[in-house]
Amino acid sequence: MGLLDQKFENSNIIITSMDSLLNWARLSSIWGMQFGLACCAIEMMATGASHYDLDRFGTFFRGTPRQSDVMIVAGTVTLKMASRVKVLYDQMSEPRYVISMGSCSNCGGPYWEHGYHVLKGVDRIIPVDVYVPGCPPRPEALMEGLLKLQEKIRTESLAKKKSA
Amino acid sequence: MIPQEISDVLKATFGDAVLESRIDGVLDPFVKVAPGPVKDVALFLRDNEQMLFDVLMCLSGVDYTGGRLGVVYHLHSMKRNHKLVVKTEVTVDDPHVASVESVWKTANWHEREAFDLYGIVFDGHPDLRRILMPYDWQGHPLRKDYKVPEFYNGMKVPY
Repeated sequence: MGLLDQKFENSNIIITSMDSLLNWARLSSIWGMQFGLACCAIEMMATGASHYDLDRFGTFFRGTPRQSDVMIVAGTVTLKMASRVKVLYDQMSEPRYVISMGSCSNCGGPYWEHGYHVLKGVDRIIPVDVYVPGCPPRPEALMEGLLKLQEKIRTESLAKKKSA
Repeated sequence: MIPQEISDVLKATFGDAVLESRIDGVLDPFVKVAPGPVKDVALFLRDNEQMLFDVLMCLSGVDYTGGRLGVVYHLHSMKRNHKLVVKTEVTVDDPHVASVESVWKTANWHEREAFDLYGIVFDGHPDLRRILMPYDWQGHPLRKDYKVPEFYNGMKVPY
C-alpha cells in the first residue's frame, strides 16, 4: 500500500471495476517458474539478482509449476526436453502465461539449420505470450518482456475468456 | 617412453593385432589395432610396468565415409608421462568392438555416446543405451548419411 494511500487525501475509498482490480493484482505479482534450460538461464539469474532486480516487479521464482503464473522458457528446448516442457505447462493453473526468452526458444536460434535434436521454437508445443529476442537477451530486455506481459494482462477482461 | 618404443613393444607383444602405426608426420602418434583384441591391448597398456596408461582421456567414434566406422582412444599415463592414440576400424554392417569399460571406468559413458551417435556396438558393456538422444530415437545422428526425420512424436523437427 506504499503508493496508493498517498493519493487520496479526503476519502479512503477507491472505486474501480473488478476487471481493473483483478488485472492490477495479477500483474503486480507475477510469480515465475524457474525454467532455465541453457545459457539464457544465466541471464535470467542475473536479472533476478540484485543489480537488475526482478523482485521490484513482484516476481520471484517458484520451484513448482503449480504455484506459478508465468513460465519463462530460457534456453534451448531439445526434443528430449519438449515432452517434459509440455507436462510442466499443463501442470500450471490458469491464468498462466509463457515468456519465451532468447532465440533458441523463439525459433531454434543458432541451431535452426543443422540442429537435429532441437525443437525449433517452443511455440510448437505451448502457446507463447511474449517473445524476448536476443542471444542471450540483456537483463533489460527480459525486464521489458515482463513489462510487456504486464501490459497484456492489464487489458484482459473477465468477460472474454482468455484463449489458451 | 617415446612413441616409437611404445609402438615397437605393442607390435612385439601382439603381432598381427596391430595393423598400422604412424609416428612421424601426425600431430598425435597413433597405433591402429584390429577391433577384436582391443580389450587385451587395453589391459596390456594399463597394466604393463613400462606403459602404465591409467587415464583414458577420450573415446570418440568416427565415421570414415565408405561404410566404415571407427573408434579412437586417447590414452595418457600420469606416472610415466606419455600419451598414445589407439585407433580401430569396423564396417557399418558389423560394427562390434570390444568394450574397454572394465579397463577404464570412464569409458562407460564415452561408449554410450559412441553407440548413441554412431551405432557402434560395444560387446561386454554393462549398460549400452542411448545417452544424449531421446530413448526412442531412430537412427544414429552423427553418421555422414544421416537424414533428419520429419516428425518426432508429433513435433516437426526441421525449421
